[in-house]
Amino acid sequence: MSLRDWPIRQKLTAMLVLSSGLVLLLTSAALVGYQYWSFRQTMRSTLSVRGSILATNSTASLAFANDADARELLSALRADPHIVAAALYDRNGRLFATYPGDLPGGALPAAPGPDGYRFQRGNLIGFQPVAEAGGQRLGTLYLASDLAAVDATLRLSGVIAVAVLTVALLAAYLLSRVLQGAISQPVLMLAETARAVSDRRDYSVRAAKLGEDELGVLTDAFNHMLSRIEAQDRALRESKEGLEQRVAERTHELEERNEALRHNAAQLLAANTELDAFAYSVSHDLRAPLRSIDGFSQVLLEDYAAQLDEAGRDSLRRVRAATQRMGTLIDDLLKLARVTRVEMRTEFVDLSVMAREIAAELQRATPDRQVEFAIAQGLEARGDARLLRVALENLLGNSWKYTAKRTKPKIEFGSIEENGGRAFLVRDNGAGFDMRYADKLFGVFQRLHSVSEFEGTGVGLATVRRIITRHGGRIWAEGAVDQGATFYFTL
Amino acid sequence: MNPGKILLVEDNPDDVALTMRALKSHNITNDVIVVDDGVQAVEYLLGAKGRPGAEELPAVVLLDLKLPRLDGLEVLERIRADERTRLLPVVILTSSDEERDIVKGYRLGANSYVRKPVDFMEFTEAAKQLGLYWLLMNRAPPVSRTP
Repeated sequence: MSLRDWPIRQKLTAMLVLSSGLVLLLTSAALVGYQYWSFRQTMRSTLSVRGSILATNSTASLAFANDADARELLSALRADPHIVAAALYDRNGRLFATYPGDLPGGALPAAPGPDGYRFQRGNLIGFQPVAEAGGQRLGTLYLASDLAAVDATLRLSGVIAVAVLTVALLAAYLLSRVLQGAISQPVLMLAETARAVSDRRDYSVRAAKLGEDELGVLTDAFNHMLSRIEAQDRALRESKEGLEQRVAERTHELEERNEALRHNAAQLLAANTELDAFAYSVSHDLRAPLRSIDGFSQVLLEDYAAQLDEAGRDSLRRVRAATQRMGTLIDDLLKLARVTRVEMRTEFVDLSVMAREIAAELQRATPDRQVEFAIAQGLEARGDARLLRVALENLLGNSWKYTAKRTKPKIEFGSIEENGGRAFLVRDNGAGFDMRYADKLFGVFQRLHSVSEFEGTGVGLATVRRIITRHGGRIWAEGAVDQGATFYFTL
Repeated sequence: MNPGKILLVEDNPDDVALTMRALKSHNITNDVIVVDDGVQAVEYLLGAKGRPGAEELPAVVLLDLKLPRLDGLEVLERIRADERTRLLPVVILTSSDEERDIVKGYRLGANSYVRKPVDFMEFTEAAKQLGLYWLLMNRAPPVSRTP
C-alpha cells in the first residue's frame, strides 16, 4: 500500500510523529555535537594547563639534568588515568624522562614535534616548551591523553538523546492520536456519509459538523449539496410517479377506447352482415310477388279484356304501373345498399372521360333530345371508379331529367376552388329547387317534385351522398325554382 | 323447331305459370319439364338411388337460384361435377342480380345469367329470347353417354 492509500488517520499520525521525531533528532544531534566539541576543547585546555604547570615544575630537573627528579615529577601524572604517556626531552631533543617508566621504546615520538596540542590517532597529544623565567628553552614536555573520557561522555549523551527521543516520539504519537481526530474525524464522517449515499442511494443522511473551520464549511457545503440532490431526487421520483400514473391512465383510457372500438367494429360488422343478408333476401324474395302481380294483371288484360270494362282495365293498368314502380324502388334501394356494402378500390379516375361516356349513354337512350353538354377536360380524382360512376350517373341523369322541359337545356361538369381544395360541380338550367328544402334533397325517398311531374324514387341523391361520404368528401347543392341547380362535391 | 326439352327448375308456381305462358305466347312448344326443388333437378338429370338419370338430356336448363333443399348454385355444381352433364347448357334465371350470385354462377360454369324482370312484358320478351337462342340458335354439345 503506497503512502497515498494510507488511511488519513495513519497519515496524520505519521506526519506528526515524523515531524516531531525529525525535530528532536536534529536538536539532539546538535546538542550532542556541541557537547562533543566543547568537551574536546575543555580537555585540550585542561591538558595544556596541566602541561604548563608540569613544564614550569620541570625546569629545575632539566636545568640540572636530574632525571630522577624528572621521573618523580612525571609519575605524579598517575592521578590522571587518561594520561597514557608523558616524556621530557632535553634541549637537544633527546629523551630525558618518560612516564610510565616501563613504556616500550617505540611508544613515544623519537624527537619532539612542533609545539601545541592536537588530536592525533585517537589521542590528544601535546608538546609543551620547558623554559626558564628568562626565556631560555630547556627542553620539551610531551603529554598523551586517551579520549576515553570523551567517548564516555559521548556515549552518555547518546543514550540520553535516544531515551529522550523515544519518550518524545511516544508522547508525540499519543498526542497525535488525540489531536489528529480534530482533522480526521470530520473527514472520516464526510467519507462515511458519502459512502452511505453512494451505496444506499439514501440522500437523507447528513454529515455531522464538528467545528467552524474549513472542514466545517466543507461539511456544510456537502450537506447543502445533499439537500439539493435529495430535493431533486424527490421531485424526479414524484414526476416519475406522476408520469407513470398518467401513462397508466392513458393506457387504461386507450384500452377502454380500443375495447369500445372493437365493440363498435363488431357491431358494425354484425350490422353489415345483417344488411347484406337483408339485401340479398330482398333482392330475391321481394321482387317475385311483384312479378306475379304484374304478370297475372297482364294475363287478365290479355285474356279477359272482353269481360272488363274500361274502368276495370284502367285499374289493372294502375296495378301494373304501381307494381313496376315498386320494382324500381326495390332496385334503387338495393343499389343504395350496395353502395354501402361494396368494397372500395381506390385508383385514379378521369371524371371528365367518365362524364362524357355517361352523357353519350343518356343521349343514346333518348336520341330525340337536344342537350348542350359542357364537360371540362382532365378532371381527375382518386376514388372507386364504379362508385364514382354511379354518383356521376345519378347527378348527370338528374340534370338530364330536370332539363327535359327547357327549350335550350344545358348541362355542365366542371370544378371550382373551394377552401383551398377542389370541388367538382354538375350544373344545369333545369327545374331547379327551392333552397328552403335543400336539406331534404339527399334524404332517402325525399322528393321535391311529384312523380307525374318528374319520374323518380328519391333514392338517387341519397346514393350519391353515400358514395361521396364513403370517399371522405362532402356534397351540397345550390338552386332556385326554375333557375336550375348546381351540385358540388369534394372527394 | 328443335325437339329438345327444357328443364325448368323453379319452386314458385306463379313463375312457372308465367314462364310457360311466355314461352307458349312465342310458339315455343318444346316439352318443359318442371321440377320445384334442387334435389329433384339433380335426381332428374343424374338419377337417384336405383334409378338412372333422364335418358335424354334437356336442350337447356333454366335454373332458379333460391330453391328449397338444394339451392341453384349447388345444383349447378353437381351438374358440372358429373361427366354426363358437364357441358349441358345451364341458364340461371332468377330474381336477383346480386353480384356475388352472378360471379359464383359463372365461376361454376353457368352459360348465361338472366334476371327475371318485374314487368311481365319484359319477362315474356326474355323468355322468348331465351327459347329462341337456346333452342334454335345454339348448337348443343355432343351428347356423351355414360355406359
